[in-house]
Amino acid sequence: MGTPGTFGVRLAILCVSSLALAVPAAAQSPKPPANEDCLACHGDADAKRADGRSIFVAAQAFDASTHGGASCVDCHKDLATIAEFPHPERLAKVNCASCHDDVGVKYHDSIHWRARDKAGLVVAPSCADCHGKHDIRAKAGPQARVFRANIPATCGGCHAGIREHYDSSVHAAALKSGNPKAPVCIDCHTAHDIQRADTDAWRAAVTKECGGCHAESQKTYRDTFHGQVTSLGYQRVATCADCHGSHDIKPKKDAQSRIAPAHLVETCRQCHAGANENFVKYDPHADRHSKARSPVLFYAGRFMDGLLLGVFGFFGLHTALWLRRGVKARGEIQPAEKREEKTA
Amino acid sequence: MTTMYRRFDAVDRTLHVALMMSFFGLALTGLPLLFSQRPWAAVLASALGGFSSAHVIHRLSASLLIAVFLVHLARVGKQLVIDRDLGVLWGPNSMVPQPRDVRDLVNHVKWFLGLGPRPRFDRYTYWEKFDYWAVFWGMGIIGLSGLMLWFPTVFARLVPGWVFNVALLIHGEEALLAVGFIFTIHFFNTHVRPEKFPLDPVIFTGRLSAREFREERPDEYGRLQARGELARAEVGAPASWIMPFARTVAVLALTIGFIIVTLIILSVAAAAAV
Repeated sequence: MGTPGTFGVRLAILCVSSLALAVPAAAQSPKPPANEDCLACHGDADAKRADGRSIFVAAQAFDASTHGGASCVDCHKDLATIAEFPHPERLAKVNCASCHDDVGVKYHDSIHWRARDKAGLVVAPSCADCHGKHDIRAKAGPQARVFRANIPATCGGCHAGIREHYDSSVHAAALKSGNPKAPVCIDCHTAHDIQRADTDAWRAAVTKECGGCHAESQKTYRDTFHGQVTSLGYQRVATCADCHGSHDIKPKKDAQSRIAPAHLVETCRQCHAGANENFVKYDPHADRHSKARSPVLFYAGRFMDGLLLGVFGFFGLHTALWLRRGVKARGEIQPAEKREEKTA
Repeated sequence: MTTMYRRFDAVDRTLHVALMMSFFGLALTGLPLLFSQRPWAAVLASALGGFSSAHVIHRLSASLLIAVFLVHLARVGKQLVIDRDLGVLWGPNSMVPQPRDVRDLVNHVKWFLGLGPRPRFDRYTYWEKFDYWAVFWGMGIIGLSGLMLWFPTVFARLVPGWVFNVALLIHGEEALLAVGFIFTIHFFNTHVRPEKFPLDPVIFTGRLSAREFREERPDEYGRLQARGELARAEVGAPASWIMPFARTVAVLALTIGFIIVTLIILSVAAAAAV
């Protein structure tokens, strides 16, 4: 097969007409090539490498992209100083972090980066796999791959099985109906700093994320044993997803839901092996302040509040009066006691 | 050497020490859950070895406390059934509240206010009875609700699941009452009040001096004297290790108690401010 040398020759033949003008100019001074210079070859929709892969860059798409005003060599930095064209087939990898350094830091801590770098998993994504290459659009525009509504499709490009689950969820339905708060992949997993989903830290963070919309449920969860333990940083007990599911989360009224009455015993049994029909009458979101939702708990709470106030009120006063009198009496009684001891 | 009189026997003293130990074990591992939203809670929980360790400490302490409760019940039961001693149920040696206790309370408050002389007390004062029944009720309520939360699938064969919601609320609130009461009112009534400050060692030594006996429990003293039983209540000096032990335990208990009460007050205030 072709060595870089023979490839260079073939490419030179392919682009011969335009390079006849461009190469002498580059050879004379190390001035970086302008975008038009690059497009002289890369603007040809039929231009290919030796291995048949296209080298075409759609100028229109690039101009319309968020990087439209930039020069090719802003990203392809090694071409800024190269004197000979056609340039070698293998160029330095574009380093997005040279501008987007904050994002770079996050990405380099992510499971995607570790998969590529540590595990050698070449299909794990780098920037371009999610954002695109020359056609990158800002996330605010609906044409962007990372536009909110397009995120499930972008992630689903690799995570197809998860996408199928997600598409069946109440969150996907909300997204389709145009709810701007409907969560997509990155709301729980983050966009760049994606971590393993089975660590305590991650489980704690995602529980907080659910509370971003479901504030009331979060609050009532925090009052239960499950919520108390997880608040302290231990995730061995149930968090949101353990009962509600994660990607395929469905409302209670959906018969498929994990928390639909027909599935509750099975759901609780994930942790509580002996759970029965009685057991699942437990309310994991009971609210002691709501007479409507938890009447017995409401009155039990009132009773306990009264008991505490009564006991501390009565004995607080009793103690305060005793202290006052006792301090006075110490002065009064002691001399008498001493006299008594002497005479005794 | 002043004459000493017996007040608590060795079993009661041992039970009280065991009760204290379990109480601290339960409070230190339980309060972080009750105040899980406060920053100190996670610090305390991790200091106790995290969830898996705190969880074991809580249940071991609970088992010890249940054992203390059962031993006490057995002793009372034996006194009643085998010794046929009805004095357990009524009279000066009984913990059962009696009309005298109401009169003592009223007269004590009058004395606080300078409206009368200090009442004469017998073997058990009204505030000691309150302490006793508060713990008794507390052990029943906290113990039962705690067992429900410990073995929910077992209890779910008998009761509906929403009972566990109520059990958790009562377990926590009643524990807050117990901890708050012990570390403020009980500490004051027995140790910190001016007559006793800083420590009344009677629960550790089991002994009263003749002067304490005459002044604090004149009715009991007088009764024993009249019956000629006073000499039988006389005991020797406590073992030499007991006073240092009592002081150490009391200083530790008062310190931990004071810290816990401060944290509770700050936390309740912070929660109320939100």
